Amino acid sequence: KTALNELHKELGAKMVPFCGWEMPVQYPAGVMKEHLHVRKESGLFDVSHMGQLRIHGKDRVKFFESIVVADLQALPTGHSKLSVFTNEKGGIIDDTMITNAGDSLYVVVNAGCADKDISHINEKIKEFKSVNPTHDVSMQLLEDLSLIAIQGPTTESILQKFVKDQDITNMEFMTQRPMTIAGIDCIVTRCGYTGEDGFEISVPSKQAVRLAELFLATSNASIESGIKPAGLGARDSLRLEAGLCLYGHDLNDDITPIEASLNWLISKRRREEGGFPGASIIQKQLQKDGCPQKRVGVIINGAPAREGCLILDPSTNQEIGKVTSGTISPITRQSISMAYVKTPFSKIGTQVNVSIRGKPITATISKMPFVPTNYKKL
Amino acid sequence: HEWVTSLGSQNYRLGITDFAQKQLGDIVFVEIPQIGATLSQGQPITVVESVKAASDIYIPMDGSITTVNQELESSPELVNEEPMGDGWIVEYKSSKTDQFQSLMNKAQYDEYIKEH
Repeated sequence: KTALNELHKELGAKMVPFCGWEMPVQYPAGVMKEHLHVRKESGLFDVSHMGQLRIHGKDRVKFFESIVVADLQALPTGHSKLSVFTNEKGGIIDDTMITNAGDSLYVVVNAGCADKDISHINEKIKEFKSVNPTHDVSMQLLEDLSLIAIQGPTTESILQKFVKDQDITNMEFMTQRPMTIAGIDCIVTRCGYTGEDGFEISVPSKQAVRLAELFLATSNASIESGIKPAGLGARDSLRLEAGLCLYGHDLNDDITPIEASLNWLISKRRREEGGFPGASIIQKQLQKDGCPQKRVGVIINGAPAREGCLILDPSTNQEIGKVTSGTISPITRQSISMAYVKTPFSKIGTQVNVSIRGKPITATISKMPFVPTNYKKL
Repeated sequence: HEWVTSLGSQNYRLGITDFAQKQLGDIVFVEIPQIGATLSQGQPITVVESVKAASDIYIPMDGSITTVNQELESSPELVNEEPMGDGWIVEYKSSKTDQFQSLMNKAQYDEYIKEH
C-alpha cells in the first residue's frame, strides 16, 4: 500500500492489485473524464509504487554508464533524462528516469521491475568493484519517500501558489529542483507520463497525504478547474496518446532500444564507444538494414486493438507484426495502437491490416504522438 | 446483463442494463452489426468495448437484425448515459414469443443482481 491508500478509498477509487501494490485504477468520475481533465486542466496521480533510488560515490557516472545507454557525462546538474537498462542481448531490462542531482544520481524505476532492477544494480556494483577495488559507488533505496505526479496545462500556475521560495515558470522541462511546497520540503522534477506539462514530486511519505489533499482542495465536485484525482486507467490512455512506452507491454527483455524506436536515447558518443550491456548488438542494429523490427504507431479504421492482435500484410495476409498496446483515443476518438512490425512495413503511411477478433481491419502506420505533446518550453 | 423490450409485430429492441454499463465503465466503441443477419438464441451479435475490455452482446432469442443504433458510431457514451433509453444497441425481429416469455422480468433481474 502506498501512503495515499486510505485517501484513494475515501475519494471512492476502484482499487486493483498492480505490481504488488493496491492502486486506484479509476475514481468515480471515470477514466474518460479523468483523461480529459488532465488534457484540459490538471490531474493528480499517485505514482508512489515506482522505485526511487540514489546512486552515490565518485565513480557513480562511470558505473551507471556501464548499465544504461544514457550519456550521463553530458547530463548537467539538475537535468533529467529518460534511459533504459540493457541486458547482454541488448534487450531492455527496464526504462528509467535519471537525474544528475549534483552529489548523486536520482533514479526512478518501474514498480513492476523495481525488485529485479535493484538486484541487477547490486550485482553490477559487485562486478564493478571486483574489477577495481578502489571504485567508489553505492545504492540507496529511498523507501521513506512517496511520489506524486501532477499533470496538465494549468498545473504550473496551481503549483506556483503553494511555492513561495522560487519562481517555477522559468523551470525547464526535464529538470529537477528542491522546492518547498506549502512548507513541505520536496524534490520536484518537471516531467511526466501524459504528454502534458507537469511535475513529479518526491515527498516524505509522512507528508504525502497532506500534500495530496492540498492539491485536490483546488477543485471539487462543483468546480471544473483545479487538480482532480486520476487513476491508472487514465494514465494508460494518456501515455498511449503521447506515444510513450509501457514496460512489460511495449518494451521487454527481448526488445532492444533500436527496435523500440528509442535510438534518440543513445548519444553519438555512446553509439561509438558502447560500454553498456549488449552494445555490440545495438551497434549492429544501428547500421543500415540492421534492425529487423520497429515500434510504430498504428491508427485502425474501427474497433480498438488489444495487446496481441496480429498485424497482416494486406496483399499476402502474412503476419508482419503484433499490437502491444491499444485503445480508443479519448481526444481524437480514433482507434490508436502501438505495435511492432517488420522494418519494411514501418514507414509512416504504410497500409496494413489488423486482425481484431479474427476480422482483418484496415489500418495505417502513423506518426506518434497521436495527440501533440504540450511540454513546457522556455 | 442485457434488456429486451417488445415493440410489437414481432419486433424487439435490445441494450445492456444500467448495472452492466456501470460494471464495464466508459464505453468507447460499439461495433455496428450487419443488418439482416439471422442468428439463433445465444449467438453473439456485436461487441461493446469499454476503456479496458471487450464484451460480446448475445441475442437472447432466435431472430434477425433489423436496425442498429447508428448514433453509437459517433457517440458510444450514450450506452453509459442512457443504457435503457437512447443507448439501445439493436432491434431484431423474432417469432419466438416463448423465448421472450421465458426471460427474466425487471423485478426478477433486480433481485438477481442483488444476489450476485
